[in-house]
Amino acid sequence: MEAAPVIHEFEAVIVGAGGAGLYAALELARDGVQTAVLTKLYPTRSHTGAAQGGICAALGNQEEDHWEWHMFDTVKGGDYLVDQDAAEILAREAIETVIELEHLGLPFNRTADGRIDQRRFGGHTRNFGEAPVRRACYAADRTGHMILQTLYQQCIKHDVRFFDEYHVVDLLVEDGVSRGVVAYRLADSSLHVFRSKAVLLATGGFGRMFRITSNAHTLTGDGVALAYRRGIPLQDMEFYQFHPTGLAGLGVLLSEAARGEGGILLNGKGERFMERYAPTLMDLAPRDVVSRAIYQEIRAGRGVDGKDYVYLDVHHLGRAVIDEKLPDITDFARIYQGVEPYTQPVGIQPTAHYAMGGIPTDVHSRVVVDERNTVLPGLYAAGECACVSVHGANRLGTNSLLDILVFGRRAGLDMARFAREADIPDLPSDPVGPVATELEALRSRREGESPAKIRRELADVMMDDVSVFRTADTLRHAQGVVDGLRERYRWVRVRDGGAHFNQDLLEAREVGYQLDVAQVTVAAALARQESRGAHYREDFPERDDASWLKHSLACRVDGAPELRYKPVTITRFTPKPRTY
Amino acid sequence: MHVSLRIQRFDPDRDTASHWVEYGLDVDPMARVLDLLHQVKWEQDSSLAFRRSCGHGICGSDAMMINGRNRLACKIRVDQLGRKISVAPLPGLPVVKDLVVDMDGFFAKYRSVHPFLVNDDPPPAQERRQSQAQRAVFDDTTKCILCGACTSSCPSFWARPGYVGPAAIVNAHRFIFDSRDQGGEERLQILADRDGVWRCRTIFNCVDACPRGINITRAILEVSAAIVEKSA
Ligand SMILES: Cc1cc2nc3c(=O)[nH]c(=O)nc-3n(C[C@H](O)[C@H](O)[C@H](O)COP(=O)(O)OP(=O)(O)OC[C@H]3O[C@@H](n4cnc5c(N)ncnc54)[C@H](O)[C@@H]3O)c2cc1C
Ligand code: FES
Repeated sequence: MEAAPVIHEFEAVIVGAGGAGLYAALELARDGVQTAVLTKLYPTRSHTGAAQGGICAALGNQEEDHWEWHMFDTVKGGDYLVDQDAAEILAREAIETVIELEHLGLPFNRTADGRIDQRRFGGHTRNFGEAPVRRACYAADRTGHMILQTLYQQCIKHDVRFFDEYHVVDLLVEDGVSRGVVAYRLADSSLHVFRSKAVLLATGGFGRMFRITSNAHTLTGDGVALAYRRGIPLQDMEFYQFHPTGLAGLGVLLSEAARGEGGILLNGKGERFMERYAPTLMDLAPRDVVSRAIYQEIRAGRGVDGKDYVYLDVHHLGRAVIDEKLPDITDFARIYQGVEPYTQPVGIQPTAHYAMGGIPTDVHSRVVVDERNTVLPGLYAAGECACVSVHGANRLGTNSLLDILVFGRRAGLDMARFAREADIPDLPSDPVGPVATELEALRSRREGESPAKIRRELADVMMDDVSVFRTADTLRHAQGVVDGLRERYRWVRVRDGGAHFNQDLLEAREVGYQLDVAQVTVAAALARQESRGAHYREDFPERDDASWLKHSLACRVDGAPELRYKPVTITRFTPKPRTY
Repeated sequence: MHVSLRIQRFDPDRDTASHWVEYGLDVDPMARVLDLLHQVKWEQDSSLAFRRSCGHGICGSDAMMINGRNRLACKIRVDQLGRKISVAPLPGLPVVKDLVVDMDGFFAKYRSVHPFLVNDDPPPAQERRQSQAQRAVFDDTTKCILCGACTSSCPSFWARPGYVGPAAIVNAHRFIFDSRDQGGEERLQILADRDGVWRCRTIFNCVDACPRGINITRAILEVSAAIVEKSA
């Protein structure tokens, strides 16, 4: 690493090649802006490809639907912590976004008359909550795969410049202006500086800090932690979604589409327990509601054989529907559990799935750094790493694929404008110095603990103490453990001293990001003394709008998170009790 | 149960040739090979290099040769393999380190067949219509995750590395048979080349290797038939 860094110059740099990064890249390429996409994985390996069930838009192809209904469901689903100006944009632009995806080549399933087919999904309703509505557009149960492929294909068509397996390790922010990023190239360990007018963070989520998760091994919160280290606050980090139906023991996701198509949940006694928790929407209630119901059944001893899981049953849908609409997820049950969904129920348990919180942005995906929403010039964030906020305290299924595309595209459009107006910023005097020192310290240490051990202990404590149910006691306990792990992390040791494909070094660095993100999550959860959406405090079981209808902002002060708050934007829908 | 896991290792900083290293592990029969690799990496030797991300067979990162066949490490269980398991990088591709191969050539071939929708008509205000039957024609080839298992299992590709290979043909098929696409002519021309579809000897290794169950040989035959039809 003694060699001088390679310096690149672009008008725009995008970190991450999932749906959010690729849509922004496509928009910039169509506008002729010189753009580089940096990604630690080959683009088609991004976790957007794992999304199964669908992307929603009020097309009304199957039955009457309106974007206002969609907006309402999003706001209510998010337990009124949603910024309604952003939710309105999301619901309105959903329609043109899905149509454009089709024009770009996405092979949606079709209706009998050749239009985009739509199916039901949790929390999406007709006429402000009356009954489920068919709003999710889909391509079998590989919608995310088709979105990722389609956008990558279009980026190839438009000659987007990719830097594959370039791991971004630092953001260059100086005097309140974004100046570029530093990346570590896996192939040969060289350090690269990308000087750029506009930078987009599109690095995805961070579910890997929990033991049971639907997220990829590589989802370690890199962009979120790097922003936080550079003085950007993190918003609403206490809200982390647990999806009700992960394969028991593993966490691999079985999409809500299984229930959208008519699958049902059964407890160990064979009862359809959702009848008791959400009489109107039942199995299609929002995820926070269903996950809590499952935990309550398990606690009451009604899990399967008294264990910590219940059943998802789709056998009554018949082979034809299963094979045509749910082929991949039923295969997961066969491969990973040895169960045949044609005839048998599948064991499931809630799995850590989606980060509602993240890097705060405005509706043009520009990063904002304080309670007054002051923009940090040149820095953007979109996708799961960002918080606009359209999901508030709980995201509805199919709203994330939509969010990454609507706000990924908006990022691209605004970056193009910004690149035309701004001059290329100067680099800091020693752009790689700080991160090169950190990496070298990791690599040259001869004695120390393995980062993998710290990662495992972190995932255990986050799962046991900071998941579906939380109390001050569990959170304080988690806080102590995380602090201890952070201390131990300062002395970890990397074994691989080589210069080629040194994953060992980068995985150790990723554990550092996970520890930062976990620390903030626990602090924000401890501070919020109410229950809202996915954040459920047994010691404060009610929503408390008078004190807590506000977004949290965790700022790094002397190395520890300090919590501040900013108001929620409310336009059309005043908060009401949330029942389904 | 106890298994012996042999991994073909190569460190470009130290080794001139690859060599086998054996690890003894106690594992659950339902564990996947990926779990075994993690066990080695996290508990014994963290310098072991292999790509992986999603962990459940959809990102295409961890195709490798397992007990002599190309498969995804995250999609094959110990009880399907037995007590002796050997893992090597995908054949026919340059090894970067341990189980990591250089995929740049593979992706260059993918790019060469114009893997994107071509349609220069101004789009309608709504979606383009496509019947369920029209969509069904190319459904199978939309499943490809670009893992490289098929191409690197193909003897024709080993014999002639210039051969565009099954994965690229599958992705060309996905567009050639899409009723909305207008770029078929050009793609067929590219695939009619010396290194195109005619290199396929219908050996079916690719079909065996595909973790997505795509009927690759059928796709290649359909593309060949389209070329013949066009030139007739
Ligand atoms: C199993 C599963 C099923 C889902 N199903 C649905 C669904 O049906 N509908 C729905 O709406 N949502 C669904 N979601 C949620 C949705 O898929 C994700 O929230 C969304 O795809 C995230 O997209 P993204 O572009 O933000 O990030 P990702 O697709 O995760 O991409 C992140 C990118 O960042 C790059 N990156 C990360 N760190 C670095 C770094 N340090 N340097 C360089 N590059 C970096 C990675 O290489 C990658 O390219 C699902 C999620 C999961 C896990
Ligand atoms: S890790 Fe994604 S396919 Fe195996």
